[in-house]
Amino acid sequence: MGESRVPGAATDMTAGGEFSPKIVAFLCNWCSYAGADLAGISRIQYPPSIRVIRVPCSGRVDPFYILKALQSGADGVLISGCHPGDCHYLTGNYVARRRFAVLNDLLGFAGIDPGRVSFSWVSAAEGERFAEVVREVTEKVRLLGPNRKLLKEEVA
Amino acid sequence: MPEPSTGKVGAVLVVGGGIGGVQASLDLADSGYKVYLVERASAIGGVMAMLDKTFPTNDCSMCILSPKLVAAGRHENIELLTQTEVLGVTGEPGNLRVKLRRHARSVDLAKCTGCGDCLTKCPVRDLTNDFEGGLNKRRAIYRLYAQAVPNAPTIDRAQCLKFTKDKCGACQKACKAGAIDYTQQDQEFEVEVGSIVVTAGSKIAPTVLRPEYGHGRYPNVVTSLEFERILSASGPYSGHVKRPSDGKEPKRIAWLQCVGSRDDSVERGYCSAMCCMYAVKEAVIAKEHAKDVEPTVFYMDMRSYGKDFDKYVERAEQQYGVRLLRARVAEVREDPQTRNLVLRFAGDSGQRSEEFDLVVLSCGFVPPPELAELSKRLDIELDRFGFATTDSWSPTATSRAGIGVAGSFAQPMAIPETVTGASGAAAAAEEMLSAERGQLAVVKEMPAETDVRGAAPRIGVFVCHCGINIGGIVRVPEVTEFARSLPHVVYAEENLYSCSGDTQDKIKDRIREHRLNRVVVASCSPRTHEPLFQATVTEAGLNPHLFAMTNIRDQCSWVHMKEPDRATEKSKDLVKMAVARALRLKPLPKVKLPVTKAGLVIGGGVAGMTAALALAGEGFDVFLVEQEKTLGGNARSIARTVEGDDVRARLADLAAKAGCHPRIKVFTGAGIKAIDGFVGNFQTTIQRDVGGERKEESFKHGVVVVATGAQYRTPTEYCYGQSPRIVSQKELEQALESSNPGPLDPFSFRSVVMVQCVGSREPERPYCSRICCAEAVKNALKLKELNPDTEVYVLYRDIRTYGLREEYYRQARQKGVVFIRYTPERKPEVRIEAGRPLVTGFDPILNQAIEFAPDLLVLSSGLVPQAGSEQLAQMLKVPLNAEGFFLEAHMKLRPVDFATEGVFMAGLCHFPKFIDEATAQAQAAAGRVATILSRDTLEAEATVASVNPDRCSACHMCEGLCAYRAIEVKTINERTRKQAAVVNEALCKGCGACAANCRSLAIDIRGFQSENISREIAALLD
Repeated sequence: MGESRVPGAATDMTAGGEFSPKIVAFLCNWCSYAGADLAGISRIQYPPSIRVIRVPCSGRVDPFYILKALQSGADGVLISGCHPGDCHYLTGNYVARRRFAVLNDLLGFAGIDPGRVSFSWVSAAEGERFAEVVREVTEKVRLLGPNRKLLKEEVA
Repeated sequence: MPEPSTGKVGAVLVVGGGIGGVQASLDLADSGYKVYLVERASAIGGVMAMLDKTFPTNDCSMCILSPKLVAAGRHENIELLTQTEVLGVTGEPGNLRVKLRRHARSVDLAKCTGCGDCLTKCPVRDLTNDFEGGLNKRRAIYRLYAQAVPNAPTIDRAQCLKFTKDKCGACQKACKAGAIDYTQQDQEFEVEVGSIVVTAGSKIAPTVLRPEYGHGRYPNVVTSLEFERILSASGPYSGHVKRPSDGKEPKRIAWLQCVGSRDDSVERGYCSAMCCMYAVKEAVIAKEHAKDVEPTVFYMDMRSYGKDFDKYVERAEQQYGVRLLRARVAEVREDPQTRNLVLRFAGDSGQRSEEFDLVVLSCGFVPPPELAELSKRLDIELDRFGFATTDSWSPTATSRAGIGVAGSFAQPMAIPETVTGASGAAAAAEEMLSAERGQLAVVKEMPAETDVRGAAPRIGVFVCHCGINIGGIVRVPEVTEFARSLPHVVYAEENLYSCSGDTQDKIKDRIREHRLNRVVVASCSPRTHEPLFQATVTEAGLNPHLFAMTNIRDQCSWVHMKEPDRATEKSKDLVKMAVARALRLKPLPKVKLPVTKAGLVIGGGVAGMTAALALAGEGFDVFLVEQEKTLGGNARSIARTVEGDDVRARLADLAAKAGCHPRIKVFTGAGIKAIDGFVGNFQTTIQRDVGGERKEESFKHGVVVVATGAQYRTPTEYCYGQSPRIVSQKELEQALESSNPGPLDPFSFRSVVMVQCVGSREPERPYCSRICCAEAVKNALKLKELNPDTEVYVLYRDIRTYGLREEYYRQARQKGVVFIRYTPERKPEVRIEAGRPLVTGFDPILNQAIEFAPDLLVLSSGLVPQAGSEQLAQMLKVPLNAEGFFLEAHMKLRPVDFATEGVFMAGLCHFPKFIDEATAQAQAAAGRVATILSRDTLEAEATVASVNPDRCSACHMCEGLCAYRAIEVKTINERTRKQAAVVNEALCKGCGACAANCRSLAIDIRGFQSENISREIAALLD
């Protein structure tokens, strides 16, 4: 486990002491998960910040999961689905997009920087784009610093 | 309706167990035929089993091959006959008797567990290991390779002391299973089959064809196949790139192309079609193994003509620093002190010499000499090189009816073309035996499912090294140890290759021994390997949905290569998450769906018509939809192939057959309006003009074949359109074949200039159109035939007349066609002066400017994707690649399938290709289709939505969200008038949009339950 771990949080510091965020990534099986595979096959390097949860469709992602991740100490959440029009399930990604637009407002209301939750489209043919998305999201969350907002703190 | 039997035998013999033979066997066996798969070696796998990685995706060859080998090895309708040769064939097509000889293995396959205990006890340990290119030694009892199927060893009886001197017996003593049997005898026996498919393959050209390169004399000169083994994690050096002479890491490595290819002096005039790509791949992989490697590829023409090949080569040059040097090496000499190699070569800048640490000979492919004997026994014709003769229009048929061919026994070809041909040859066999489908096939009995309800979870975790693909970066033992410490994990182990046949057996044993009721595998992508592991746990009595997979290769070792610590930590997290998910996995019931035994073929060109005819021949109804008024497609504008076939006559024949086949319904002038449904149960609506009125028609079908073709690109470069003396290659061909060519009368030309790669291999179209070089050669030859005095100049970047088409390039040069290379930096320029095109350029060999004022300038401007591809892709929910061609499920092993079940592709819509290739792919689509349409029912996705009616408040929100109209609020209890949402499981695809939106938390998705996902999240972060 990380040497300088904040109790109750998932966040690790790298050996150099720099904050390296932990990001939960919900990837749809048909496009973005395949894009991540392609990044692997192509050996495209990106930061080891994300932890992938495979879901059938971005439309499967209940806003509850995102809140749950943030509450459990994730520094950021990425949801990635098929490009508009390409959804394997026809319209699941549109449903997801609408849902997260609403969630964004809620996050602001709860005092969480909406920048911690990102939404992207990555296709099965976009290995490089997937890596780029991970780099961008990692950097964005890194600048926001560790997420302490929704953490359940132990009562002393 | 099943046809009445025609007295033929519903079995097929497949000769050769490489990837082609395995694919043909699987397609046939999955479509209701009994298969005998005959292989000379002690295990199936062929050349692909020897490869380290495959281009252009750099997939680990064994990783993608192994699941297919395992599937073939355990298929209830495939009988593997290893160490077996064909002695002769008698009878008629449909009723063939094949005489076989099985050589004694001296190991009882029924008893051997593949444990390998015998392998270390054998005292004869210095025998040349041919599988490893002779780079290490094997013993007298040996396994062909680690993941061999069958996994049993074999005894080399010419070397074994028991047989040579009647002593020893160490292996027999070591074998706890009692599987060693020295008394086994060679057996001769006969099998009855309806058809034969020959996939006997080829082997690399012997290096004695180029003695001046010193292979065999200089230890640091290796063949390309030997280098594959050097790169391989399971090879002689365990994936450590070193020189055979002293074990030092080589820095300067040279690849020498065209060894035994494109070489008339040794009667190997053809191009071996794949060496350019494999050499560049080997250079890239070598560079990945050791960063300071400086790879150089010496080549004649860079023949990266396939899908994504040019991009791959560009990446090799730009990102990996692979040096591509256009030069022919005259001689290799060894420095006896250093054992380095000095290459003398002539390139653009004259004679030079350069020193290298290691030289790799990119050997071409030749038919093995023993295939000449095989062809006699099978009574099939060979061409002058020893390849089986085929025809452009029936590329999977040999000269003898009832015997098909696929793969590099027909001509040199890479894996995707081999797999395509194999599925095509399977389809051709099925056409002949359509009435005998199911006659000899048996239905597999699965063990009864263990009831895990109420039992405490007992989780087993298997962590894969994937050779060094994972284990080279991620500390697998540490991850395994960590897995062992997790709650409810009662067993954990690491495997070299989790996907290999022996590991599959091991997993089944562990499930039984440790009474596991949940299994987690941490390896590669579930997209490719989950079905294999699910089948394995099913065979051990577990419901397939009690399996969870996590991907520590594509998501850890391959993408965090420079951070082994963090890649290891991430792997642990992923394993922890998978275990948390596994904890509450539930067994899911199977849902059976009916299959509509008909296919929709979209596009009535060569590929579409061929696919339709093959499907109809297999006994299925076909709807063939063509947007034009007549069938024929792009081939209508082609008169001849480069081989001289009359395309028009063949096309008319195809159209006539398709038009009057009782099972084919042709709709011309028709567009697709909508396609609904899913595999086995599609419904399509088309629109077409009937008597001047636009009418709609709908029909039901079980599969879709996309064969929509491509378009000739109209050039915009080189002043096209500004002079009648500037034409496209297609326009020239039409003029050459016309009885009234008008101003384009070939007899009036004194000089013709052709420019290749017009608009192709450019940033906006970074692909090679594959056919243009042969088209130019064809038309140049025709010009010379009509008037030998016509001067023809072809300005090119690389001439890509791959395979047997090289012969026509040679003929063109012989007839005086002048080929002048240009570079993308110094492209030719065209202006019009006094009504004539004036072409200026630069000849890099003469190192001077050149200028032509030809009578005719011909532009080869390639193919572009068909208009409307995007709309069709959206309707079918299938992807296009970056250039707009349809994207197959896997570039190597699933070249005609889409990732979406029940949808297939053939022809130019996939990528530019020749008529024989399009025909093979169309037949292949029919072969793949049969694996679905031959069934009466399909098992539907078990991962669908389910409703807890007690929680449902019948708010109707889910109904509007469902794109499939699969959920509906109904009265579920007449007495209480209770209403709740009800899921139609046949329509539900399990996307989860309803579940994620349910206000009452009443809907969940089986296999992706909210509870599992929540636990997965919590596990990561606790």
